Amino acid sequence: MKHLLTTQGMSKDDAILLLDTSAQMAATQSRENKKLPTLRGRTVVNLFYEDSTRTRISFETAAKRLSADVINFSAKGSSVSKGESLKDTALTLHAMGADAVVVRHSASGAAHQLAHAGWLDAGVLNAGDGMHQHPTQALLDAFTIRRHLVGNVGADGRGADTSVGADLAGLRIAIVGDVLHSRVARSNVYLLHTLGAEVTLIAPPTLVPVGVEMWPCRVSYHLDETLEQWQPDAVMMLRVQRERMSGGSGAFFPSPMEYSRKFGFDGRRLAVLPDHAIVMHPGPMNRGLEISADAADHPRSVIVEQVANGVAVRMAALYLLLSGDDSASTEKTSTDERNAL
Amino acid sequence: MSTPTPQAYVLRGVRPYGTDPVDVVLADGVIAAIGAPGTVEVPDGATEIPAGSDGTGSDGTGLVLLPGLVDLHTHLREPGREDAETVFSGTRAAAAGGFTAVHAMANTTPTQDTAGVVEQVYRLGQEAGWADVHPVGAVTVGLGGERLAELGAMADSAARVRVFSDDGKCVHDPVLMRRALEYVKAFDGVVAQHAQEPRLTEGAQMNEGIVSAQIGLTGWPAVAEESIIARDVLLAEHVGSRLHVCHLSTAGSVEIVRWAKGRGINVTAEVTPHHLVLTDDLARDYDPVFKVNPPLRTAKDVEAVREGLADGTIDIVATDHAPHPVEDKDCEWSSAAFGMTGLETALSVVQQTMVDTGRMTWADVARVLSENPARIGRIDEGPASQGRPVAVGEPANLTLVDPAATRAIDGRTQVTASSNTPFGGMELPGRVVATFLRGRATVLDGVVVDRAAVDRAAGAPAFEGATR
Repeated sequence: MKHLLTTQGMSKDDAILLLDTSAQMAATQSRENKKLPTLRGRTVVNLFYEDSTRTRISFETAAKRLSADVINFSAKGSSVSKGESLKDTALTLHAMGADAVVVRHSASGAAHQLAHAGWLDAGVLNAGDGMHQHPTQALLDAFTIRRHLVGNVGADGRGADTSVGADLAGLRIAIVGDVLHSRVARSNVYLLHTLGAEVTLIAPPTLVPVGVEMWPCRVSYHLDETLEQWQPDAVMMLRVQRERMSGGSGAFFPSPMEYSRKFGFDGRRLAVLPDHAIVMHPGPMNRGLEISADAADHPRSVIVEQVANGVAVRMAALYLLLSGDDSASTEKTSTDERNAL
Repeated sequence: MSTPTPQAYVLRGVRPYGTDPVDVVLADGVIAAIGAPGTVEVPDGATEIPAGSDGTGSDGTGLVLLPGLVDLHTHLREPGREDAETVFSGTRAAAAGGFTAVHAMANTTPTQDTAGVVEQVYRLGQEAGWADVHPVGAVTVGLGGERLAELGAMADSAARVRVFSDDGKCVHDPVLMRRALEYVKAFDGVVAQHAQEPRLTEGAQMNEGIVSAQIGLTGWPAVAEESIIARDVLLAEHVGSRLHVCHLSTAGSVEIVRWAKGRGINVTAEVTPHHLVLTDDLARDYDPVFKVNPPLRTAKDVEAVREGLADGTIDIVATDHAPHPVEDKDCEWSSAAFGMTGLETALSVVQQTMVDTGRMTWADVARVLSENPARIGRIDEGPASQGRPVAVGEPANLTLVDPAATRAIDGRTQVTASSNTPFGGMELPGRVVATFLRGRATVLDGVVVDRAAVDRAAGAPAFEGATR
């Protein structure tokens, strides 16, 4: 695996390898010494053109736990804000010998271009590109779902994860909110489908893209009806940007109250779900808009655990990108090496 | 000093409009004779242009002779963006592509919205001498969409502007569009509309559909084009004016124009070569060379515009040649400029999509790439007329094409000053062998001809402008 750019087209074997490797990484994180020597001497650059303290810290933690040298390159206060192009930045990172570049950019396709435009040799890990993809978010979501709903881990996070090697066959996942602008939704739809889960997107019609009919999922405009009749095993809430409801005639819905009434997740809606169902959110949350405090803080909410799992998943992704030789597929990554973790 | 006499040429065994081989003599800037091979009288000192690749052309594979191509939609970028193209480099590329006249779009800096600027561009074209340059006048001041530019002054200027367009921007205010349509009637002008509803396309990056939904780029919906065309044809009907629709790109747009023509509305429409062959699937790798406005559409739209071109609903093919410097394309998709070059590939794309598929004849090609655009631009009559028949006594504006040749396209080796061709790495059929502008070769043996050298050989001053 040379790059991790998108979940669309990712093979099921690769997806399960990433999840299994994440499980091994997660197991090391309960030790007193969390640091592994695996990527000693390798350089990982966090290239962040968009503010995202949470994602950046998660990648930085993951790289440091693997003993890589980490360079944070943020658009603010760097030459980027003086108008340096993505290309020049890439050439600079190449000249400095970066082994992997973790990139977050507001332009869809920026990670793909870094990987394929010939500007740079490093492995590229997409940490979110515009409205396109955020693959490690989908992987950490799938990992969290698998631990709880396939493995033996309870909503309290206790219990052994017996899900290694498993997929998500038969599970029903509802993704609710601003699908149109969401790279999290796009990433999850493809990954969860590949892993055998059924996905239903639930949103007002204004927040569903034209062309969604080709996605491997169903679409519903009605949250209550879908929760009651379809009984999803997990409900994933998407963040609604405040600017989506401003803009006068261009607003995507009439008011925050109406959105909340029809598409917000709360204790009442949680009570409709099966007992084992979990509540997820990629963060940061707008409490009171797309999710109420009682739902967010409910025992069946796994939102904080998603953050913890994010570190393990990113360790796995960095490991698989950097430890294999360039041409090897993930299957050829040394099993011994992974077992030695 | 007498008027310089252009070099005389005899074209051996060429096929006008793809018909049977004849010899054609060019002298004194006009077509002097056409006759069966070997029967025409050849002036002393005439240059022989041999027949097609097989040497005789008798098996139907010889060179095809067409009236010089006329582009109704070219961006020459001068004044203002000489880093992308100049009038000189752009018209040189036009000659290489078989064009003898181009209409230079108004979105220059400063804008072509006054008599002064259009005359400047017109004069630059004359000095360059590669092809006639007919400046398009802006409809509104600075393309701002707020008040009419001095359309009458541009029409009366030395540039004799007849085509007016805010291309790149849509004249979206319905009252302003109505006024423009009415006003240009006084001088038989036409408003060429860039049909794009601005509110429906805020931040738009590519065709809205299956591909945009997957790759996460903001969509440019077909309805944003179709709704403006529908409004404009009704306005044109109401005020009895002439409307031209630029770069129509969707199946729905073809239907609306077909309906309007059936109703007798005075509307003409153009399609670009790229919309005849490329689709939005090409955006999947985020290479901004495929970013263009209007965007590449779906295979269904491509089929509809081909059908519309074949049945005459679409009147012309125009290049929308839009050169950009490398840095405006070698970047993130959403930051990249819209547009692609087209002058040197247009004829090949039309051959590939329409002639080689059996949907059009070479006479149809002459109609959509020369006669109709000249007529719409009102340059089909007068001293520098274009789009005229290949007939004795007509001005020798001619394009000689070898349809049997194939070319590998490489943006870096094209004549245009920019390299943003979407056809890079592809093989296209057809090659322009020679182009003649009023009897003077601008291209010979597929290579652009330095004008000064030709004029020196003919004993003429280096620039016509020098004698004015």
